[in-house]
Amino acid sequence: MAAIEHTALQFSTSPSSSLSAKVHPLVIFNICDCYVRRPDQSERVIGTLLGSVLPDGTVDIRNSYAVPHMSAEQVALDIEYHHNMLISHQKVNPKEVIVGWYSTGLGVTGGSALFHEFYSREAPNPVHLTVDTGFVNGVGAIKAYVSVNLSLGDRQLAAQFQEIPLDLRMVEAERVGYDILKTPMVDKLPTDLEGMEASMERLLALIDDVYKYVDNVVEGHVEQDNTIGRFLFDTIASLPKLSPSAFDKLINDSLQDNLLLLYLSSITRTQLTLAEKLNTAAQYAGMPSPVSATLLVGNLQPSVIVSQRGRSR
Amino acid sequence: MATPGARSFLQVAATEEVASPLRVVQIEGLVILKIIKHCKEFSPALVTGQLLGLDVGSVLEVTNCFPFPVREEDEEIEADGANYQLEMMRCLREVNVDNNTVGWYQSTLLGSFQTVELIETFMNYQENIRRCVCIIYDPLKSNQGVLALKALKLSDSFMDLYRTNNFTGEKLREKNLSWVDIFEEIPIKVSNSALISAFMTELEADTPVVQCDYDRLQLSTSPFLERNMEFLIECMDDLSMEQQKFQYYYRNLSRQQAQQQAWIQKRRLENMARKAAGDEPLPEEDPSNPVFKPLPEPSRLDSFLITNQISNYCNQINGVTGQSFSRLYLTKALHEN
Repeated sequence: MAAIEHTALQFSTSPSSSLSAKVHPLVIFNICDCYVRRPDQSERVIGTLLGSVLPDGTVDIRNSYAVPHMSAEQVALDIEYHHNMLISHQKVNPKEVIVGWYSTGLGVTGGSALFHEFYSREAPNPVHLTVDTGFVNGVGAIKAYVSVNLSLGDRQLAAQFQEIPLDLRMVEAERVGYDILKTPMVDKLPTDLEGMEASMERLLALIDDVYKYVDNVVEGHVEQDNTIGRFLFDTIASLPKLSPSAFDKLINDSLQDNLLLLYLSSITRTQLTLAEKLNTAAQYAGMPSPVSATLLVGNLQPSVIVSQRGRSR
Repeated sequence: MATPGARSFLQVAATEEVASPLRVVQIEGLVILKIIKHCKEFSPALVTGQLLGLDVGSVLEVTNCFPFPVREEDEEIEADGANYQLEMMRCLREVNVDNNTVGWYQSTLLGSFQTVELIETFMNYQENIRRCVCIIYDPLKSNQGVLALKALKLSDSFMDLYRTNNFTGEKLREKNLSWVDIFEEIPIKVSNSALISAFMTELEADTPVVQCDYDRLQLSTSPFLERNMEFLIECMDDLSMEQQKFQYYYRNLSRQQAQQQAWIQKRRLENMARKAAGDEPLPEEDPSNPVFKPLPEPSRLDSFLITNQISNYCNQINGVTGQSFSRLYLTKALHEN
């Protein structure tokens, strides 16, 4: 019976079920960090995946933690640690529940079936995520599996691991910026204006590309493609049609609003500097009069803001 | 001859004791993602968490962190929170995570973090850890496509003053401390392990436009600016309240000075009369007289913090308007084409 439980079949064909998984970049980072910090003798890291099942059935993997385990010959998980950590995590975010487990290494190995069985008791239909930290095939393969029981009549024969599609598009990582996350050392965080510049450059490059493509098609260098044409048309059609005067007014109005705000904040800053100077001057002279001057200035400010704000809205 | 030599040796020893100042905070990408995840999930509620890492010379390495559960006022739960913290640190140590507290992180709403509570937390941490840092993340600002992370610490001179709790104008002038000098911002470096960098290079989408570009090119900034202005106005009101306090104080002070002058004048006249009559003159000072009781000067800490806050809002407004200028001109140029 034990021999049967150890059997693991691995099919890499496309899955029959519609189940899929989505992984948060934090999970990958966590796994890598745990792998780098693993104990001397161990070769792989195993841990619990936390997250939730979205209404459409996608498993959303949002968090993870490593669980110490014994080495390969003896498959044993530190269950107490696992439970302690789970309780701690749920104190912070009760909505995150166990959705599966991960291990490093390429694909499913023999011992995986046992771990999987353990996690099947913790969560219904757990997902098994493998992260190839060894870059065995030269690529860091990240794969997700679910287990399907193969049974003959009432008898359970084996557990079959089926690969499920894994969504690796990481909007969260994009928000932070891959430039920061993929280089080993970044000396300085980009400021907002630098980021803006980069974004604009990319946008302009894209527009240039489109221009070139359209020119090439018109001149007959490239064969036309109706789908691309429709995309371009849709994009242009999504711009609201405005008369030039209306557009100018729109732009100028917002420009003026912005200028006003800029002016206001600069004035405030000047006032602050001035107020500070006057305050210290008051202390030097030991005379109360300059402070009341500051006060006048300070008092003036809110009313100015209120009256200007009414306009900017 | 031996004594000065020994003293200089002692001096050398003493100077070596002084730690080099904190110059850079080096954060792992993992920590950034963890902080962002925690703060975003609970936004707009404000959350905090603990930073773990190593203190290496002038660099403070932040290698891991964990979130705190949302705090409640109950005492029982507070004890629970302490247990949670210990338990979490024990668990993390078991998987070889650095077990040193180096500070904490917290989320903020449009940078409205400069409060007395923050300073108190800082002082609490500072008692236990020599060098600690607070990382501030602004989820709202990050929606504009900026990585709004900041590492702060209290300046040493401010901490000295805070310990003695002496925020009179004279003391501040003596220390030459202005509102700019309360917090020190420390530059942030980001580091990633080679393994993570390999994975991220592998996983990077090959689309030319990423999410933060969309965020940055978003044309509507007015809600953000409006909130900023609202906060600014509130701060202005607070500041004028503070100023009124000072005005009141100075008015009282000048009234008292006038009274003192009048009293001394009177005493002098009296003394002159006594002299003419051949009597001993009375002393010109009388500490028992209520006129000479010094008036307590209101603390300037609050007005300093408010001023800091205001300048922060101003900076944010400047930044955002600057960005929207470029956006607007871009839109204009695109439309004209």
